[in-house]
Amino acid sequence: MNSILAQPAPEPLSTECLMLPIADATVHAGFPSPAEDFLVKRIDLNTVLVTHPQATFMLRVAGDSMRDTGIDNGDLLVVNRALKPRHGQIVVAVVDGDFAVKQLYLRAGRLKLKAGNPTYPEITPSEGQTIEIWGVVTSCIKQFST
Amino acid sequence: MFALVDGNNFYVSCERVFRPSLQGRPVVVLSNNDGCAISRSDEAKALGIKMAQPHFEFRHLEDQAGLVSLSANFTLYGDMSDRMMTLAAGMGAEQEIYSIDESFIDLSGIPGDLRGRARAVRERILRWIGIPCCVGIGPTKTLAKLANHIAKVAERKPGTYPELQAQICDFSTLGPEEMEALLASTDVGEIWGVGRRIGEQLREGGITTALDLARLDPATARRRWSVVLERTVRELQGLPCIDLDDAPAPKKEIACTRSFGHPVRELPQLIEAVSEFAGRAAEKLRRQGSLAGLVLVFAHTSPFRPGPRFAKSLTVPLRRPTCDTAAITQAAVLGLKCLFEPGFDLAKAGVMLLELSSGSVLQGELDLEDEAGRERSKLMQALDVVNDRYGKGTLRVASTGNGGDKREWTMRQGRRTPHYTTDLRQVPVARA
Repeated sequence: MNSILAQPAPEPLSTECLMLPIADATVHAGFPSPAEDFLVKRIDLNTVLVTHPQATFMLRVAGDSMRDTGIDNGDLLVVNRALKPRHGQIVVAVVDGDFAVKQLYLRAGRLKLKAGNPTYPEITPSEGQTIEIWGVVTSCIKQFST
Repeated sequence: MFALVDGNNFYVSCERVFRPSLQGRPVVVLSNNDGCAISRSDEAKALGIKMAQPHFEFRHLEDQAGLVSLSANFTLYGDMSDRMMTLAAGMGAEQEIYSIDESFIDLSGIPGDLRGRARAVRERILRWIGIPCCVGIGPTKTLAKLANHIAKVAERKPGTYPELQAQICDFSTLGPEEMEALLASTDVGEIWGVGRRIGEQLREGGITTALDLARLDPATARRRWSVVLERTVRELQGLPCIDLDDAPAPKKEIACTRSFGHPVRELPQLIEAVSEFAGRAAEKLRRQGSLAGLVLVFAHTSPFRPGPRFAKSLTVPLRRPTCDTAAITQAAVLGLKCLFEPGFDLAKAGVMLLELSSGSVLQGELDLEDEAGRERSKLMQALDVVNDRYGKGTLRVASTGNGGDKREWTMRQGRRTPHYTTDLRQVPVARA
């Protein structure tokens, strides 16, 4: 196989001007590709799903309390910790030392975590308890088959 | 002006990001094979657990005080470090990554309020990735390091330093008197570059605090101790002598050595272990673009356990400088077979690559021998790419064995947390 990076060969010393062929960036052989002028980058899911790579983490969903928001057991969550949590967003919160995915209710200084399934109660912090919002869920990935 | 951004109790902090239930509890991270403490939460420090203290000495605190001991999860720490370093880099023009949790930032040319800038970077690292940091700012690297130490201690032990210095300590805003007060309340042993031995010598000579050292005549430091200490003194006086080292020099030797999870007695198991170490070392070698000329292999029994002692090492010259995993493994195994003697409970073995040279300088040589696979750099490249993508050890030399983590000699890591950020099968679970 020919290598593009050839072995460095000793170069002869010469005072003459050497005629070197110009190596163009593209080599045309056969038909030029009609698509060449339209070459752009392929769609990259990373750029769609991840806006802050350092602050982005993935978590796996266990349970069906968020069913009505389209988040099912086994889904993969993309969580961004760089975003400031806002009312109505789906968030990952730390509840009793565990991660929970819920919808954030934040109105008039009151914080609640609401489930997306009527059979689950909403979570309100009890006296003196604070609920920590770990990150904002920006996407939910469902994989049907790989 | 330099800043030093340093993660607090870094390994423990990484674990807590993914196990929030560990917040507020005493936590330690143990070294390879769960030997001793290498990172302690403030609560664990308060229990009196010392750095590098053997696990068996404080094991009882797990029942008595709710201490959580974890095996080191370097895969996780490496990824979190990478995230933290990228955010810390935003503080200035240039960055030197000094260790897994520390980086120096060159602040020259940065206008305005450095303390405010440091606070913003610190807040960002805490919010985005969950790691608490302290920042020290000073006109030299030694002073930045000292400022960071003050920021850490001021936060952890209120009363030792002025409260204002907690989390962020900026020497550039201090007057000479405040500066002297801080130096005077710092032990000389805390200064970067002052080791235990020199620290003792200094104390014997009446130099007990950082201020004493800063007031030492540089010429005396040089005459009585070393050029290194003279440099430290000058740096303490505010004269930069140590530059930002943004591209660390390639290592002069590369080692992969490990203690076994269980003692190894038989040669076949030892060959597995040494083959694996040789492969890892070769990988590191390729990453820095070097070739090795010599392979050192060693094995020894534990110095802490009773029984007959054995410790031997052997260097095997390579046919020609190479970074080929197979050639290096072959040499290591050959050496091992020569030094091995049956009847010992071997506790540790390792491979060191010596006589490293740059991969770009190659001795031309006539191809007189019929040696198969001379040009194998592409194979090695493929090996590294596959192992990067599908995990370490996906492709390996057959002599490393087939048992995976069940091999007797592999590290004990019974308390390791999952690879939360690097393996899709191990990401944390969110309850819904």
